[in-house]
Amino acid sequence: MDFKEKLLDSHLAFEQDVDLLHPIHDYRKKALKRFESDGFPTKSDELWKYTSLASIIQKDYHLSPTSESNIELKDVKKYFLNDIDSFKLVFVDGIFSPFLSKTTHDGMDICVLSAAISKSKYKKTIKKYFNKVVPENESLSSLNTSYTREGAYIFIPKNMEPEDPIQILHFSTGAQKSIWLQPRNLIVMEANSNVQIIERHQSLSDHKVVTNSVTEIYADSNSHVDYYKIQNDLLTSSLIDNTFISQEKDSNVSVHTFSLGGQLTRNNLRFYHKGSNISSTLKGLTILEAKQHVDHNTLVHHAKPNCESHQDYKGIFSDSSVGVFNGRIIVEREAQKTNAFQQNNNILTTDKSKINTKPQLEIFADDVKCSHGCTIGQLDKQALFYLNSRGIPEKEARALLTYGFANNVLESVKIPNLNKRIKKLIAYKLGVNLGFDL
Amino acid sequence: MLEINNLHCKIEGRSILKGVNLKVKKGEIHAIMGPNGSDKSTLANVISGHEDYEVTKGNLYYKTNEINELSASERAHDGIFMSFQYPVEIPGLTVTNFIKAAINESRKARGLDEMSSREMLKKIREKSSLLDIDTKFLSRSLNEGFSGGEKKRNEIFQMAMLEPELAVLDETDSGLDIDALKIVANGVMKFSNDDNAVVVITHYQRLLDYIVPDFVHVILDGKVIKSGDKSLAKKIEDKGYDWLKKEKK
Repeated sequence: MDFKEKLLDSHLAFEQDVDLLHPIHDYRKKALKRFESDGFPTKSDELWKYTSLASIIQKDYHLSPTSESNIELKDVKKYFLNDIDSFKLVFVDGIFSPFLSKTTHDGMDICVLSAAISKSKYKKTIKKYFNKVVPENESLSSLNTSYTREGAYIFIPKNMEPEDPIQILHFSTGAQKSIWLQPRNLIVMEANSNVQIIERHQSLSDHKVVTNSVTEIYADSNSHVDYYKIQNDLLTSSLIDNTFISQEKDSNVSVHTFSLGGQLTRNNLRFYHKGSNISSTLKGLTILEAKQHVDHNTLVHHAKPNCESHQDYKGIFSDSSVGVFNGRIIVEREAQKTNAFQQNNNILTTDKSKINTKPQLEIFADDVKCSHGCTIGQLDKQALFYLNSRGIPEKEARALLTYGFANNVLESVKIPNLNKRIKKLIAYKLGVNLGFDL
Repeated sequence: MLEINNLHCKIEGRSILKGVNLKVKKGEIHAIMGPNGSDKSTLANVISGHEDYEVTKGNLYYKTNEINELSASERAHDGIFMSFQYPVEIPGLTVTNFIKAAINESRKARGLDEMSSREMLKKIREKSSLLDIDTKFLSRSLNEGFSGGEKKRNEIFQMAMLEPELAVLDETDSGLDIDALKIVANGVMKFSNDDNAVVVITHYQRLLDYIVPDFVHVILDGKVIKSGDKSLAKKIEDKGYDWLKKEKK
């Protein structure tokens, strides 16, 4: 039995544990059918030309943990952004950990999707938003929908703003030798609300884990979302991140993706514009080594006038690592005065590393400003000598140049602690300890 | 401090230095002059350890040690500094972070602790005011969008911060107007003392009105063909290099 069949067969068992009468179950059933007919994407799909899932879907994964695993705060504390008691949604092998989390229902909801599904007071919101921005033709999202059970549920009402950033953390313990996780996050921002969210997936042992996650974000008028994804998992872990964002007029959403770890990472990041004067920002920093593979597949769908989008992805590839950047921008006829910018810059440090970069612009309006560019190069030798001649040795000089190259992605990280944390991760990744706070 | 004996070198298979001899002692200022393409800059690059230049014959001694095999950063740790003719632009790396990394890497190599932020800041303030550098400039990306004068001032600022024992200044005057030239030269003269040495590479005598050399050497076709005191520079200013070329023949 291959893994697809297992997923289809196991759904019956899954259904034993969920409320079959809840309206979202219709979405699950429909999505399962869709996944059954579409299957896993292959390289013959245009959007999957440079990334093969073959290596990760061969295996027979557990679809849920057999027993609850106990982890203690000390095991995971280092992955928390700060010691202060800020909102956290922590999941261990896909199961919510109330002990490690801090939720709220006071003025806003920062809790879990399973609770939002089961309680009648959330029914209206769930019905209004659930699965509304997820395209039908993305089979991995269909697969996630069909198994929807748990994830983050964040609802920020009008004019509200949580004091601190919200952290969504997924840990896998290795209680099973291999596990397939499918978290489902729903984030609803009412008018004039603000939020900062940090998402991280982390294995605590070198077992095989694949996470196929779906996040839906609804940003109502004049709301502001800053979303940060830290992808720095072990080399035995893979991640398929599907994030869909629906923006209303005057809203401002940014997503930063830091891809430093993991075996295979695929980011399907889609922005859909529903009103005018929207701003969308997509920034990515990828630093890879060994045989790591990261694929950024983005879409910004400009459907209304006077909106802007800004995409800036940087990649540094060593050893035999492979990067993919496929950035799509669609500008509908109605979307006049669109300002869409896209940039993808890459450094290859070895002959064996590789980047496939592909801008894709489909423009149907005639009064727009769209620009795109990509570069592939090496670290500048003269710049290296300049640094060497000032006493900065080869490795440190390379790290500084890499840091300089990556810096404009870091500059827009608005959470100081996170900015520091990421710089530390980069310094660690580059194997250096420099004489200033990198 | 620096002794160069019969130095020959190659770049991409092409011979460039063909037997250079030079002796620089502590407390001295030397000027190296020569027409365009006379390999003056090559000499600076070879002294500071540029990998592309292959020494094929002869030796470089610095503080009595042979340094032919040392890397550029090792030479810097040992106190050699070169001011670049064309300082490289490095977007995303601020002048301050660059200088912090440079100072602390050298300290690390010498077995010293990192300089404290307070001490660093104090030193940065002191040296930048010496060179009339606006502190805003220090949070800009290294050399990116700097004018020619700003780049050269920044080079001398780095020298003042790193306090090398041997400073090789490659065409530090090119691209400077007279006011900037005075500031830069003043920075060099304040740096120069009995414990260090300065080698100034230049086309023109102009700079030497402000950085007064003890010795002047003329390089032509990869060799030092004439050495003298500062009057040699004056003579070159008046008569050009042609008489030296003839004399050589």
